[in-house]
Amino acid sequence: MPDSRFKVLTSASTSGPGDAGRTGSWRVERPVIDMQRCIPAKTGKHACHLCWLYCPDSVVSKDLGPTINLEYCKGCGICAEECPAKAISMVPDADFIEGESRG
Amino acid sequence: MAKTIIESGNVAAAMAVQLARAEVIAAYPITPQTPVTEKLSELITRGEMDAEYIAVESEHSAMSVCIGAASCGVRPFTATSANGLLYMSEQLHWAAGARLPIVMCVVNRGLGAPWSVWNDHQDAISQRDTGWIQVFAKDHQEIVDMTLKAFRLAELVHIPVMVNYDGYYLSHTYMPFEKPDAAQVDAFLPAFEYKHALNPERPESLNTVTLPDSRRDVDGVLRGGYMDIRHNLHQEMYLAMEVWQEIDDEFQKIFGRGGAPVLDPYRLDDAEFVVIAMGTLANQLRVVVDRLRSEDGLKIGVLAVQMYRPFPNTLLAEALQGFKGVMVFEKGLSYGDQGALYGDIKSALYPYPARPRLSNYIVGLGGRDIPTESLYQTTKAACEQDSSTPPAEANAPQWIGLQL
Repeated sequence: MPDSRFKVLTSASTSGPGDAGRTGSWRVERPVIDMQRCIPAKTGKHACHLCWLYCPDSVVSKDLGPTINLEYCKGCGICAEECPAKAISMVPDADFIEGESRG
Repeated sequence: MAKTIIESGNVAAAMAVQLARAEVIAAYPITPQTPVTEKLSELITRGEMDAEYIAVESEHSAMSVCIGAASCGVRPFTATSANGLLYMSEQLHWAAGARLPIVMCVVNRGLGAPWSVWNDHQDAISQRDTGWIQVFAKDHQEIVDMTLKAFRLAELVHIPVMVNYDGYYLSHTYMPFEKPDAAQVDAFLPAFEYKHALNPERPESLNTVTLPDSRRDVDGVLRGGYMDIRHNLHQEMYLAMEVWQEIDDEFQKIFGRGGAPVLDPYRLDDAEFVVIAMGTLANQLRVVVDRLRSEDGLKIGVLAVQMYRPFPNTLLAEALQGFKGVMVFEKGLSYGDQGALYGDIKSALYPYPARPRLSNYIVGLGGRDIPTESLYQTTKAACEQDSSTPPAEANAPQWIGLQL
Protein backbone atom coordinates (compact mmCIF):
# COMPACT_ATOMS: atom_id res chain seq x y z
CA MET A 1 0.00 0.00 0.00
CA PRO A 2 1.36 3.45 -0.80
CA ASP A 3 2.58 5.69 2.01
CA SER A 4 -0.24 7.99 3.16
CA ARG A 5 1.74 11.12 2.21
CA PHE A 6 1.49 10.15 -1.45
CA LYS A 7 -1.48 10.96 -3.67
CA VAL A 8 -0.27 8.87 -6.63
CA LEU A 9 -2.27 10.79 -9.25
CA THR A 10 -2.95 8.74 -12.36
CA SER A 11 -5.37 8.94 -15.22
CA ALA A 12 -8.16 6.41 -14.70
CA SER A 13 -11.73 6.60 -15.90
CA THR A 14 -14.81 4.45 -15.46
CA SER A 15 -17.45 4.05 -18.14
CA GLY A 16 -20.02 6.85 -18.18
CA PRO A 17 -20.99 9.90 -20.18
CA GLY A 18 -18.04 12.09 -20.97
CA ASP A 19 -15.53 10.49 -18.62
CA ALA A 20 -12.81 11.20 -21.14
CA GLY A 21 -13.70 14.92 -20.97
CA ARG A 22 -16.03 17.36 -22.73
CA THR A 23 -15.05 16.41 -26.24
CA GLY A 24 -17.54 18.98 -27.60
CA SER A 25 -14.84 21.60 -27.03
CA TRP A 26 -12.80 20.06 -29.87
CA ARG A 27 -15.49 20.89 -32.44
CA VAL A 28 -15.09 23.42 -35.23
CA GLU A 29 -18.18 22.41 -37.22
CA ARG A 30 -21.48 21.10 -35.87
CA PRO A 31 -24.07 18.87 -37.56
CA VAL A 32 -27.41 20.54 -38.25
CA ILE A 33 -30.33 18.28 -39.21
CA ASP A 34 -32.96 19.37 -41.74
CA MET A 35 -36.12 17.67 -40.36
CA GLN A 36 -37.86 18.14 -43.72
CA ARG A 37 -35.40 15.66 -45.24
CA CYS A 38 -34.59 13.39 -42.25
CA ILE A 39 -36.25 9.99 -42.90
CA PRO A 40 -37.53 9.17 -39.36
CA ALA A 41 -38.67 12.77 -38.83
CA LYS A 42 -40.38 12.97 -42.22
CA THR A 43 -42.06 9.54 -42.12
CA GLY A 44 -42.76 9.36 -38.39
CA LYS A 45 -41.28 5.84 -38.41
CA HIS A 46 -38.22 4.27 -36.82
CA ALA A 47 -36.37 3.79 -40.06
CA CYS A 48 -32.82 4.63 -41.15
CA HIS A 49 -31.16 5.97 -37.94
CA LEU A 50 -27.80 5.62 -39.69
CA CYS A 51 -26.52 8.78 -37.94
CA TRP A 52 -27.25 7.13 -34.57
CA LEU A 53 -25.56 3.94 -35.72
CA TYR A 54 -22.41 5.50 -37.11
CA CYS A 55 -21.73 8.20 -34.49
CA PRO A 56 -18.40 7.21 -32.84
CA ASP A 57 -19.31 9.15 -29.70
CA SER A 58 -22.93 7.98 -29.33
CA VAL A 59 -24.22 11.53 -29.16
CA VAL A 60 -27.11 11.12 -31.65
CA SER A 61 -30.48 10.10 -30.17
CA LYS A 62 -32.65 7.40 -31.76
CA ASP A 63 -35.73 9.62 -31.86
CA LEU A 64 -38.17 10.39 -34.65
CA GLY A 65 -36.54 13.78 -34.72
CA PRO A 66 -32.91 12.92 -33.80
CA THR A 67 -31.09 15.26 -31.43
CA ILE A 68 -27.34 15.70 -30.99
CA ASN A 69 -25.61 16.15 -27.62
CA LEU A 70 -23.27 19.04 -28.36
CA GLU A 71 -21.43 18.63 -25.03
CA TYR A 72 -19.67 15.64 -26.54
CA CYS A 73 -20.10 15.92 -30.34
CA LYS A 74 -16.56 16.37 -31.73
CA GLY A 75 -17.90 17.54 -35.09
CA CYS A 76 -16.27 14.72 -37.05
CA GLY A 77 -18.99 14.85 -39.76
CA ILE A 78 -19.47 11.08 -40.11
CA CYS A 79 -23.24 11.50 -39.62
CA ALA A 80 -23.41 14.05 -42.46
CA GLU A 81 -21.36 11.76 -44.69
CA GLU A 82 -23.55 8.71 -43.99
CA CYS A 83 -27.01 10.35 -44.13
CA PRO A 84 -28.70 8.88 -47.26
CA ALA A 85 -31.20 11.78 -47.38
CA LYS A 86 -28.47 14.44 -47.21
CA ALA A 87 -30.39 15.92 -44.28
CA ILE A 88 -27.29 16.77 -42.19
CA SER A 89 -25.00 19.66 -42.99
CA MET A 90 -21.85 20.69 -41.15
CA VAL A 91 -22.01 24.35 -40.16
CA PRO A 92 -19.08 26.31 -38.67
CA ASP A 93 -19.50 26.48 -34.89
CA ALA A 94 -18.44 30.12 -34.99
CA ASP A 95 -21.80 30.89 -36.62
CA PHE A 96 -23.51 29.91 -33.38
CA ILE A 97 -21.46 32.01 -30.97
CA GLU A 98 -23.94 33.87 -28.78
CA GLY A 99 -24.63 37.52 -29.62
CA GLU A 100 -22.63 37.30 -32.80
CA SER A 101 -24.33 37.17 -36.17
CA ARG A 102 -22.30 36.00 -39.11
CA GLY A 103 -25.19 35.82 -41.53
CA MET B 1 19.86 -17.37 8.67
CA ALA B 2 21.96 -14.75 6.97
CA LYS B 3 25.11 -16.20 5.44
CA THR B 4 28.24 -14.93 3.76
CA ILE B 5 28.57 -15.87 0.13
CA ILE B 6 31.25 -15.28 -2.49
CA GLU B 7 29.59 -14.78 -5.86
CA SER B 8 29.34 -12.41 -8.83
CA GLY B 9 27.40 -9.14 -8.70
CA ASN B 10 24.84 -10.53 -11.12
CA VAL B 11 24.19 -13.54 -8.89
CA ALA B 12 23.96 -11.18 -5.89
CA ALA B 13 21.23 -9.26 -7.73
CA ALA B 14 19.35 -12.46 -8.59
CA MET B 15 19.53 -13.62 -4.95
CA ALA B 16 18.04 -10.31 -3.81
CA VAL B 17 15.20 -10.66 -6.32
CA GLN B 18 14.57 -14.21 -5.07
CA LEU B 19 14.49 -12.97 -1.46
CA ALA B 20 12.13 -10.16 -2.51
CA ARG B 21 9.72 -12.81 -3.82
CA ALA B 22 9.25 -11.14 -7.22
CA GLU B 23 6.34 -12.86 -8.93
CA VAL B 24 6.95 -12.10 -12.61
CA ILE B 25 10.34 -11.96 -14.32
CA ALA B 26 10.38 -10.70 -17.91
CA ALA B 27 13.75 -10.02 -19.44
CA TYR B 28 15.72 -10.18 -22.64
CA PRO B 29 19.38 -11.14 -22.41
CA ILE B 30 22.08 -8.56 -23.09
CA THR B 31 25.71 -8.43 -22.00
CA PRO B 32 26.64 -7.85 -19.16
CA GLN B 33 23.17 -8.32 -17.66
CA THR B 34 22.56 -11.88 -19.01
CA PRO B 35 23.71 -13.89 -15.94
CA VAL B 36 21.08 -12.14 -13.73
CA THR B 37 18.25 -13.45 -15.87
CA GLU B 38 19.91 -16.85 -16.34
CA LYS B 39 20.18 -17.23 -12.58
CA LEU B 40 16.54 -16.21 -12.04
CA SER B 41 15.39 -18.59 -14.75
CA GLU B 42 17.37 -21.39 -13.06
CA LEU B 43 15.90 -20.61 -9.62
CA ILE B 44 12.37 -20.69 -11.03
CA THR B 45 12.96 -23.93 -12.99
CA ARG B 46 14.40 -25.62 -9.90
CA GLY B 47 11.34 -24.58 -7.92
CA GLU B 48 13.38 -22.38 -5.58
CA MET B 49 11.43 -19.30 -6.57
CA ASP B 50 7.67 -19.03 -6.99
CA ALA B 51 7.50 -16.77 -10.01
CA GLU B 52 6.51 -16.84 -13.64
CA TYR B 53 9.38 -16.33 -16.09
CA ILE B 54 8.00 -14.73 -19.24
CA ALA B 55 10.38 -15.04 -22.18
CA VAL B 56 10.02 -11.99 -24.42
CA GLU B 57 11.39 -11.05 -27.82
CA SER B 58 12.69 -7.60 -26.84
CA GLU B 59 13.32 -5.21 -23.99
CA HIS B 60 10.32 -3.13 -25.08
CA SER B 61 8.19 -6.21 -24.40
CA ALA B 62 10.04 -6.98 -21.16
CA MET B 63 9.06 -3.61 -19.72
CA SER B 64 5.53 -3.93 -21.18
CA VAL B 65 5.11 -7.25 -19.34
CA CYS B 66 6.31 -5.62 -16.11
CA ILE B 67 3.80 -2.81 -16.64
CA GLY B 68 1.02 -5.36 -17.12
CA ALA B 69 2.08 -7.38 -14.07
CA ALA B 70 2.30 -4.34 -11.79
CA SER B 71 -1.09 -3.12 -13.07
CA CYS B 72 -2.53 -6.46 -11.87
CA GLY B 73 -1.01 -6.02 -8.41
CA VAL B 74 1.84 -8.46 -9.03
CA ARG B 75 5.49 -7.75 -8.11
CA PRO B 76 7.61 -7.70 -11.31
CA PHE B 77 11.34 -7.53 -11.98
CA THR B 78 13.48 -7.05 -15.05
CA ALA B 79 17.09 -6.24 -15.82
CA THR B 80 18.93 -4.85 -18.81
CA SER B 81 21.96 -2.93 -20.06
CA ALA B 82 22.87 -0.22 -22.57
CA ASN B 83 20.97 -0.50 -25.88
CA GLY B 84 18.42 -2.78 -24.22
CA LEU B 85 17.58 0.03 -21.82
CA LEU B 86 17.17 2.41 -24.74
CA TYR B 87 14.89 -0.04 -26.52
CA MET B 88 12.52 0.09 -23.55
CA SER B 89 12.77 3.86 -23.20
CA GLU B 90 9.20 4.56 -24.31
CA GLN B 91 7.91 2.11 -21.71
CA LEU B 92 10.12 3.63 -19.00
CA HIS B 93 8.25 6.91 -19.37
CA TRP B 94 4.99 4.97 -19.37
CA ALA B 95 5.79 3.00 -16.20
CA ALA B 96 6.62 6.21 -14.34
CA GLY B 97 3.62 8.18 -15.64
CA ALA B 98 1.32 5.28 -14.74
CA ARG B 99 2.96 5.22 -11.27
CA LEU B 100 3.74 1.52 -11.30
CA PRO B 101 6.13 0.09 -8.69
CA ILE B 102 8.57 -1.77 -10.94
CA VAL B 103 12.15 -2.58 -9.96
CA MET B 104 14.83 -3.04 -12.62
CA CYS B 105 18.56 -3.65 -12.38
CA VAL B 106 20.60 -1.84 -15.01
CA VAL B 107 24.06 -3.31 -15.42
CA ASN B 108 25.75 -0.21 -16.77
CA ARG B 109 27.44 -0.40 -20.16
CA GLY B 110 28.46 2.04 -22.92
CA LEU B 111 26.03 2.77 -25.77
CA GLY B 112 26.64 2.04 -29.47
CA ALA B 113 27.80 3.26 -31.90
CA PRO B 114 30.52 2.19 -32.00
CA TRP B 115 29.38 -1.07 -30.43
CA SER B 116 30.76 -1.68 -26.97
CA VAL B 117 29.99 -4.19 -24.26
CA TRP B 118 32.15 -2.52 -21.62
CA ASN B 119 31.22 -0.32 -18.71
CA ASP B 120 30.29 3.34 -18.45
CA HIS B 121 27.20 5.20 -17.18
CA GLN B 122 25.83 6.67 -20.40
CA ASP B 123 22.91 4.20 -20.52
CA ALA B 124 21.46 5.25 -17.16
CA ILE B 125 22.36 8.92 -17.61
CA SER B 126 20.52 9.06 -20.94
CA GLN B 127 17.33 7.88 -19.16
CA ARG B 128 17.55 10.20 -16.16
CA ASP B 129 14.48 12.23 -17.22
CA THR B 130 12.06 9.30 -17.53
CA GLY B 131 10.59 9.79 -14.04
CA TRP B 132 12.35 6.69 -12.65
CA ILE B 133 14.19 6.76 -9.36
CA GLN B 134 17.87 5.93 -10.01
CA VAL B 135 20.29 4.57 -7.42
CA PHE B 136 23.91 3.44 -7.94
CA ALA B 137 25.61 0.59 -6.07
CA LYS B 138 29.34 0.52 -5.30
CA ASP B 139 29.79 -3.14 -4.32
CA HIS B 140 27.97 -6.49 -4.19
CA GLN B 141 26.49 -5.91 -0.73
CA GLU B 142 24.99 -2.66 -1.97
CA ILE B 143 23.48 -4.47 -4.98
CA VAL B 144 21.69 -6.85 -2.59
CA ASP B 145 20.63 -4.21 -0.07
CA MET B 146 19.64 -1.56 -2.63
CA THR B 147 17.56 -4.07 -4.60
CA LEU B 148 15.61 -5.11 -1.48
CA LYS B 149 15.13 -1.47 -0.45
CA ALA B 150 14.16 -0.58 -4.03
CA PHE B 151 11.15 -2.94 -3.89
CA ARG B 152 10.04 -1.37 -0.62
CA LEU B 153 10.51 2.15 -1.99
CA ALA B 154 8.77 1.51 -5.30
CA GLU B 155 5.72 0.08 -3.55
CA LEU B 156 5.51 2.85 -0.93
CA VAL B 157 5.83 5.75 -3.37
CA HIS B 158 4.46 4.10 -6.52
CA ILE B 159 7.38 5.20 -8.66
CA PRO B 160 9.59 2.68 -10.52
CA VAL B 161 13.18 2.23 -9.34
CA MET B 162 16.31 1.52 -11.38
CA VAL B 163 19.17 -0.11 -9.43
CA ASN B 164 22.38 0.62 -11.33
CA TYR B 165 25.66 -1.28 -10.97
CA ASP B 166 28.79 -1.27 -13.07
CA GLY B 167 29.10 -3.85 -15.83
CA TYR B 168 32.08 -6.22 -15.22
CA TYR B 169 33.51 -4.17 -12.32
CA LEU B 170 30.61 -5.58 -10.27
CA SER B 171 28.54 -7.81 -12.55
CA HIS B 172 31.26 -10.37 -13.30
CA THR B 173 33.66 -10.04 -10.39
CA TYR B 174 33.37 -12.17 -7.24
CA MET B 175 33.19 -10.55 -3.85
CA PRO B 176 31.97 -11.69 -0.43
CA PHE B 177 28.60 -10.37 0.67
CA GLU B 178 25.96 -11.29 3.20
CA LYS B 179 22.80 -12.92 1.90
CA PRO B 180 20.07 -11.74 4.29
CA ASP B 181 17.82 -14.08 6.20
CA ALA B 182 14.61 -14.79 4.25
CA ALA B 183 12.27 -14.36 7.24
CA GLN B 184 13.85 -10.99 8.03
CA VAL B 185 13.39 -9.91 4.40
CA ASP B 186 9.73 -10.96 4.58
CA ALA B 187 9.29 -8.79 7.67
CA PHE B 188 11.00 -5.86 5.94
CA LEU B 189 9.19 -6.24 2.62
CA PRO B 190 5.49 -7.12 2.95
CA ALA B 191 3.58 -8.56 -0.03
CA PHE B 192 2.61 -6.07 -2.74
CA GLU B 193 -1.00 -4.95 -2.51
CA TYR B 194 -2.44 -2.55 -5.05
CA LYS B 195 -5.92 -1.21 -4.50
CA HIS B 196 -6.21 -0.08 -8.14
CA ALA B 197 -5.16 -3.49 -9.46
CA LEU B 198 -7.03 -4.45 -12.64
CA ASN B 199 -10.30 -6.07 -11.63
CA PRO B 200 -13.06 -7.25 -14.00
CA GLU B 201 -15.62 -6.47 -11.28
CA ARG B 202 -14.60 -2.81 -11.45
CA PRO B 203 -13.64 -1.95 -15.02
CA GLU B 204 -11.53 1.16 -15.54
CA SER B 205 -9.74 2.72 -18.48
CA LEU B 206 -6.16 3.52 -17.45
CA ASN B 207 -3.97 6.22 -18.97
CA THR B 208 -6.08 6.67 -22.08
CA VAL B 209 -5.91 10.01 -23.87
CA THR B 210 -5.97 12.58 -21.07
CA LEU B 211 -7.02 16.10 -21.94
CA PRO B 212 -4.87 19.13 -21.15
CA ASP B 213 -7.46 20.39 -18.65
CA SER B 214 -8.75 18.82 -15.45
CA ARG B 215 -12.25 17.32 -15.63
CA ARG B 216 -15.15 16.10 -13.50
CA ASP B 217 -15.47 12.33 -13.70
CA VAL B 218 -18.83 10.50 -13.90
CA ASP B 219 -19.17 10.85 -10.12
CA GLY B 220 -18.51 14.58 -10.25
CA VAL B 221 -15.02 14.29 -8.69
CA LEU B 222 -12.42 16.69 -10.11
CA ARG B 223 -9.66 14.71 -11.84
CA GLY B 224 -6.30 16.06 -12.91
CA GLY B 225 -5.36 16.67 -16.51
CA TYR B 226 -1.98 15.61 -17.91
CA MET B 227 -0.06 18.49 -16.34
CA ASP B 228 -1.54 17.94 -12.86
CA ILE B 229 -0.65 14.24 -13.01
CA ARG B 230 2.92 15.01 -14.10
CA HIS B 231 3.31 17.71 -11.43
CA ASN B 232 2.28 15.17 -8.81
CA LEU B 233 4.97 12.76 -10.07
CA HIS B 234 7.58 15.51 -9.81
CA GLN B 235 6.59 16.52 -6.26
CA GLU B 236 6.40 12.93 -5.09
CA MET B 237 9.85 12.21 -6.56
CA TYR B 238 11.23 14.79 -4.08
CA LEU B 239 9.24 13.18 -1.26
CA ALA B 240 10.50 9.73 -2.32
CA MET B 241 14.00 10.75 -1.20
CA GLU B 242 12.70 11.15 2.38
CA VAL B 243 11.00 7.77 2.19
CA TRP B 244 14.28 6.24 0.89
CA GLN B 245 16.03 7.58 3.98
CA GLU B 246 13.30 6.21 6.27
CA ILE B 247 13.54 2.81 4.57
CA ASP B 248 17.30 2.85 5.09
CA ASP B 249 16.78 3.51 8.84
CA GLU B 250 14.38 0.60 9.02
CA PHE B 251 16.77 -1.63 7.04
CA GLN B 252 19.64 -0.71 9.31
CA LYS B 253 17.64 -1.69 12.41
CA ILE B 254 16.89 -5.13 10.98
CA PHE B 255 20.07 -5.96 9.05
CA GLY B 256 22.69 -3.69 10.64
CA ARG B 257 23.86 -2.15 7.37
CA GLY B 258 23.21 1.25 5.83
CA GLY B 259 23.35 4.83 7.04
CA ALA B 260 24.30 6.58 3.80
CA PRO B 261 21.42 5.98 1.39
CA VAL B 262 21.69 9.23 -0.60
CA LEU B 263 25.25 10.53 -0.20
CA ASP B 264 28.01 8.31 1.14
CA PRO B 265 30.88 10.35 2.66
CA TYR B 266 34.42 9.04 3.16
CA ARG B 267 37.03 10.93 5.25
CA LEU B 268 35.18 14.22 4.88
CA ASP B 269 35.17 15.37 8.53
CA ASP B 270 38.21 17.68 8.31
CA ALA B 271 38.44 17.78 4.49
CA GLU B 272 39.12 20.88 2.39
CA PHE B 273 38.78 19.06 -0.94
CA VAL B 274 36.26 16.50 -2.09
CA VAL B 275 36.02 14.16 -5.08
CA ILE B 276 32.54 13.12 -6.19
CA ALA B 277 31.55 10.08 -8.26
CA MET B 278 28.90 7.37 -8.66
CA GLY B 279 29.26 3.59 -8.53
CA THR B 280 32.54 1.69 -8.23
CA LEU B 281 34.53 4.77 -9.24
CA ALA B 282 33.72 6.26 -5.83
CA ASN B 283 35.31 3.25 -4.11
CA GLN B 284 38.41 3.50 -6.31
CA LEU B 285 38.70 7.15 -5.33
CA ARG B 286 38.90 6.11 -1.65
CA VAL B 287 42.29 4.58 -2.42
CA VAL B 288 43.35 7.81 -4.16
CA VAL B 289 42.22 9.91 -1.22
CA ASP B 290 44.06 7.69 1.30
CA ARG B 291 47.29 8.20 -0.67
CA LEU B 292 46.80 11.96 -1.05
CA ARG B 293 46.33 12.19 2.71
CA SER B 294 49.32 10.04 3.65
CA GLU B 295 51.84 11.09 0.97
CA ASP B 296 50.84 14.67 0.19
CA GLY B 297 49.23 15.80 3.43
CA LEU B 298 46.10 16.90 1.59
CA LYS B 299 42.86 17.07 3.53
CA ILE B 300 40.61 15.34 1.06
CA GLY B 301 37.67 12.92 1.05
CA VAL B 302 35.14 11.26 -1.25
CA LEU B 303 31.41 11.80 -1.60
CA ALA B 304 29.57 9.03 -3.45
CA VAL B 305 26.24 9.98 -4.98
CA GLN B 306 24.09 6.90 -4.24
CA MET B 307 20.79 8.40 -5.38
CA TYR B 308 20.93 10.29 -8.67
CA ARG B 309 17.19 10.77 -9.32
CA PRO B 310 15.55 12.39 -7.44
CA PHE B 311 18.69 14.53 -7.28
CA PRO B 312 19.80 15.50 -3.75
CA ASN B 313 20.13 19.23 -4.57
CA THR B 314 19.84 20.52 -1.02
CA LEU B 315 21.81 17.76 0.69
CA LEU B 316 24.66 18.14 -1.81
CA ALA B 317 24.79 21.92 -1.81
CA GLU B 318 24.81 21.98 2.00
CA ALA B 319 27.43 19.24 2.19
CA LEU B 320 29.71 21.17 -0.19
CA GLN B 321 29.63 24.50 1.68
CA GLY B 322 33.10 25.42 2.91
CA PHE B 323 35.17 23.21 0.60
CA LYS B 324 38.08 24.76 -1.33
CA GLY B 325 37.73 22.46 -4.31
CA VAL B 326 35.26 19.92 -5.67
CA MET B 327 36.35 17.45 -8.36
CA VAL B 328 33.63 15.50 -10.15
CA PHE B 329 34.67 12.27 -11.94
CA GLU B 330 32.12 10.59 -14.14
CA LYS B 331 31.45 8.02 -16.84
CA GLY B 332 28.59 9.78 -18.59
CA LEU B 333 27.97 13.18 -20.11
CA SER B 334 25.64 15.40 -22.07
CA TYR B 335 27.43 15.59 -25.41
CA GLY B 336 28.32 19.13 -26.37
CA ASP B 337 27.85 20.28 -22.80
CA GLN B 338 29.54 18.62 -19.79
CA GLY B 339 29.36 15.74 -17.35
CA ALA B 340 25.74 15.16 -16.36
CA LEU B 341 26.45 14.85 -12.64
CA TYR B 342 28.77 17.87 -12.78
CA GLY B 343 26.09 20.05 -14.37
CA ASP B 344 23.62 18.96 -11.69
CA ILE B 345 26.07 19.73 -8.87
CA LYS B 346 26.87 23.19 -10.25
CA SER B 347 23.19 23.92 -10.59
CA ALA B 348 22.54 22.80 -7.00
CA LEU B 349 25.32 25.08 -5.69
CA TYR B 350 24.34 28.25 -7.53
CA PRO B 351 21.73 29.54 -5.00
CA TYR B 352 24.09 28.95 -2.05
CA PRO B 353 26.60 31.50 -0.72
CA ALA B 354 29.76 29.36 -0.91
CA ARG B 355 30.67 28.19 -4.38
CA PRO B 356 33.81 26.04 -4.20
CA ARG B 357 36.20 25.74 -7.16
CA LEU B 358 34.78 23.04 -9.43
CA SER B 359 36.34 20.76 -12.00
CA ASN B 360 34.97 17.95 -14.11
CA TYR B 361 36.70 14.81 -15.44
CA ILE B 362 35.31 12.28 -17.89
CA VAL B 363 36.86 8.84 -17.45
CA GLY B 364 36.42 5.22 -18.45
CA LEU B 365 34.00 5.56 -21.38
CA GLY B 366 33.36 2.24 -23.14
CA GLY B 367 35.49 0.45 -20.57
CA ARG B 368 38.70 2.47 -21.05
CA ASP B 369 40.86 1.50 -18.10
CA ILE B 370 40.96 4.01 -15.24
CA PRO B 371 44.39 3.61 -13.62
CA THR B 372 44.37 4.65 -9.96
CA GLU B 373 47.67 6.43 -10.65
CA SER B 374 46.01 8.73 -13.19
CA LEU B 375 43.16 9.52 -10.76
CA TYR B 376 45.83 10.31 -8.16
CA GLN B 377 47.80 12.64 -10.47
CA THR B 378 44.65 14.40 -11.73
CA THR B 379 43.24 14.94 -8.26
CA LYS B 380 46.56 16.09 -6.85
CA ALA B 381 46.98 18.66 -9.65
CA ALA B 382 43.44 19.97 -9.05
CA CYS B 383 44.14 20.40 -5.32
CA GLU B 384 47.48 22.12 -5.91
CA GLN B 385 46.13 24.55 -8.49
CA ASP B 386 46.80 27.98 -6.99
CA SER B 387 44.41 30.18 -8.96
CA SER B 388 40.75 29.80 -9.71
CA THR B 389 39.80 28.05 -12.93
CA PRO B 390 38.90 30.37 -15.84
CA PRO B 391 35.08 30.27 -16.24
CA ALA B 392 35.16 28.78 -19.75
CA GLU B 393 37.38 25.93 -18.50
CA ALA B 394 35.17 25.34 -15.46
CA ASN B 395 32.27 24.77 -17.84
CA ALA B 396 34.04 22.11 -19.92
CA PRO B 397 35.11 18.66 -18.76
CA GLN B 398 38.66 17.34 -19.08
CA TRP B 399 38.91 13.88 -20.62
CA ILE B 400 41.32 11.69 -18.71
CA GLY B 401 43.02 8.70 -20.33
CA LEU B 402 42.65 9.59 -24.02
CA GLN B 403 45.06 7.67 -26.28
CA LEU B 404 44.87 9.87 -29.37
